[in-house]
Amino acid sequence: MSEARDDILANIRRSLGVSADDASRRQIVATRIATAAKGLLPARGEGDIEKRIATFRAQAESVAATVARVAATADIPAEIAHFLRTNNLPATVRMGEDERLAALPWATTAIDITKGPSDGNDLSSVSHAEAGVAETGTLALVSGAHNPTNLNFLPDNHIVIIQAGTVVPTYEAVWEMVRARYGKGMMPRTVNFITGPSRSADIEQKMLLGAHGPRRLHIVIVG
Amino acid sequence: MSVVATSSRFKDNAHRALGDGQLQKALGNVRHNFIDRRAQAAARLPEFDALRDQARDLRDHVLAHLDIYLDIYTQKVTAAGGHVHFARTSEEACRIITDLAKARGAKTVTKGKSMVSEEIGLNAALERNGIEAVETDLGEYIIQIRGEAPSHIIAPAVHLNQEDIEHDFRRLHTWLPKDRDLTAPESLLAEARATLRAKFLASDIGITGANFLVAETGTSVIVTNEGNGDLTQILPKVHVVVASIEKIAPTLEDVSGFMRVLARSATGQDMSVYTTFSTGPRRPGDVDGPEEYHVVLVDNGRSNMLGTDFQEMLRCIRCGACMNHCPVYHAVGGHAYGWVYPGPMGAVLTPSLIGVAEAGHLPNASTFCGRCESACPVRIPLPKLMRHWREREFERHLSPATVRSGLALWAFFAKRPKLYGLAARIGVKILALAGRSKGRFAWLPLAGGWTKYRDMPAPQGQTFQAMWKSRGGAVR
Repeated sequence: MSEARDDILANIRRSLGVSADDASRRQIVATRIATAAKGLLPARGEGDIEKRIATFRAQAESVAATVARVAATADIPAEIAHFLRTNNLPATVRMGEDERLAALPWATTAIDITKGPSDGNDLSSVSHAEAGVAETGTLALVSGAHNPTNLNFLPDNHIVIIQAGTVVPTYEAVWEMVRARYGKGMMPRTVNFITGPSRSADIEQKMLLGAHGPRRLHIVIVG
Repeated sequence: MSVVATSSRFKDNAHRALGDGQLQKALGNVRHNFIDRRAQAAARLPEFDALRDQARDLRDHVLAHLDIYLDIYTQKVTAAGGHVHFARTSEEACRIITDLAKARGAKTVTKGKSMVSEEIGLNAALERNGIEAVETDLGEYIIQIRGEAPSHIIAPAVHLNQEDIEHDFRRLHTWLPKDRDLTAPESLLAEARATLRAKFLASDIGITGANFLVAETGTSVIVTNEGNGDLTQILPKVHVVVASIEKIAPTLEDVSGFMRVLARSATGQDMSVYTTFSTGPRRPGDVDGPEEYHVVLVDNGRSNMLGTDFQEMLRCIRCGACMNHCPVYHAVGGHAYGWVYPGPMGAVLTPSLIGVAEAGHLPNASTFCGRCESACPVRIPLPKLMRHWREREFERHLSPATVRSGLALWAFFAKRPKLYGLAARIGVKILALAGRSKGRFAWLPLAGGWTKYRDMPAPQGQTFQAMWKSRGGAVR
């Protein structure tokens, strides 16, 4: 196996006409990785927080997500109950052990909550996003002890809560947040960028929602 | 390699495709949707063309330092608890994966869409070892149950119509009521979703490709719209990533730049629905995710392309824009190209990977209109690369005798400008006289290959040189 590795790397060097001990090439690569310089950033996601939220919302809605905004954390369960009712869904949701979700006043609604990863039979799930990216209406979620990744994919309806203050202009701003939390060069097992509900155009290029993942993506912006 | 290449029979394949009414109907979808949607997405982002330049430069940087990046990437994957395997050939790659599967007693493997797994013939290798491989991308699932190869790198079933798919679902999903209504595409999707959901939950190993491999963090990135790639990689105990060696992106910032051109070029979306970054196996305390994480890096001829005329082809990020914009692809579809990669990128890549003797015809499947290059997000000079292959084919005496004698005849006149001018004047006069009644020919001697599918316009009587002269143009 390491023989294959050595062969391939040697063949790459031979083809490129370079030597393995060329320190200047290594330095170029090390610098690029260490600085992680940002490239060209589209202007579209920029602006103050209200402008970013407006762009985020418009972009998410343009890809068939639904978006609601509530003033305070305490209003979230009522908004979720409203979403379930409006779509004729049973008042049950599945979610992880995330403290931000556990702390919500669920008792003010009739919603029945189960916890942990899904076995594939849950109709609706609730997750908490770490950030939203204005330029394309994209949610960023991370895996961890309190956030099962499969809740983002198995249930038919995915409800995602996001704090207004975490709506950032670009993907690059998400990486700043990830580095601040996990350290340079480190990542959680999974980072999911989600832009609208699941879809497929594999049948005669007709866009259909709910291919394997959620048919509905409902975003609740708080604050 | 277990995907039998028929690229050497491109001409026959193309003839058959042109006469296939069903195929021609399906290809009509490519001509309009992809091109319009890409143009609209590009227009919505003022920075789009500058981002393409940036993506091109970055791909060139990665290729020039590929050995070092692979080294760093490998170290990061290992540090995150994953395993990296290098494979020189298709056979090695398949053996690594089948050995992994057998050692774990795997019976069912689910797969996210991966072109390199098609290239190495992975499904056949798994089946030979008694392991069921289930494609989970809707388009890939459809062609798998038909026993076909993909006809497009991002829309594998684009050559099919809805009726074809209904027919196959009825043939295969025999446990469902015979009188069920499948007339709406939504009902076909729902049936595939339910069928594959059971496969996802029962799978022992999930195999995905990778759009990018991030050296900074040891992360593999997949981009999908359906969510099938995610269900493939998070539900089973083992996640195997199979990717070709050139997929490296230095940093997360660099991936972000590629993301901005990938979906826009491919489907005309600003962003695909799911872009997922996976690093190693599940962490202590994680409540789901795979317990093992493996990456199989496939060379299969790519390291030989570096430093040659064809290095630029390795910039490719597999968006499919070149085939979406190609008049030859529009006319004959993907299967005519006879192997895994169709369209202009396939015409350049296939001879590099399986040899010019086998696939030397493909670079001739071009009108040199240049639309592929103008749509390419990493600005690969595809027409130039196809021309390089044509030169090699000619040099190695692989072109057919008719082509060689035609070129020899043309070269004879081209070296004698006076004679060329005289012959052209006579030829144009005769054709103009013969075609004056209709202004076009439905049949011409020696040009049946052309006039079978379209008329040849009749010239108006004068050569370009003569008209140029009469308008006072400079003559050398």
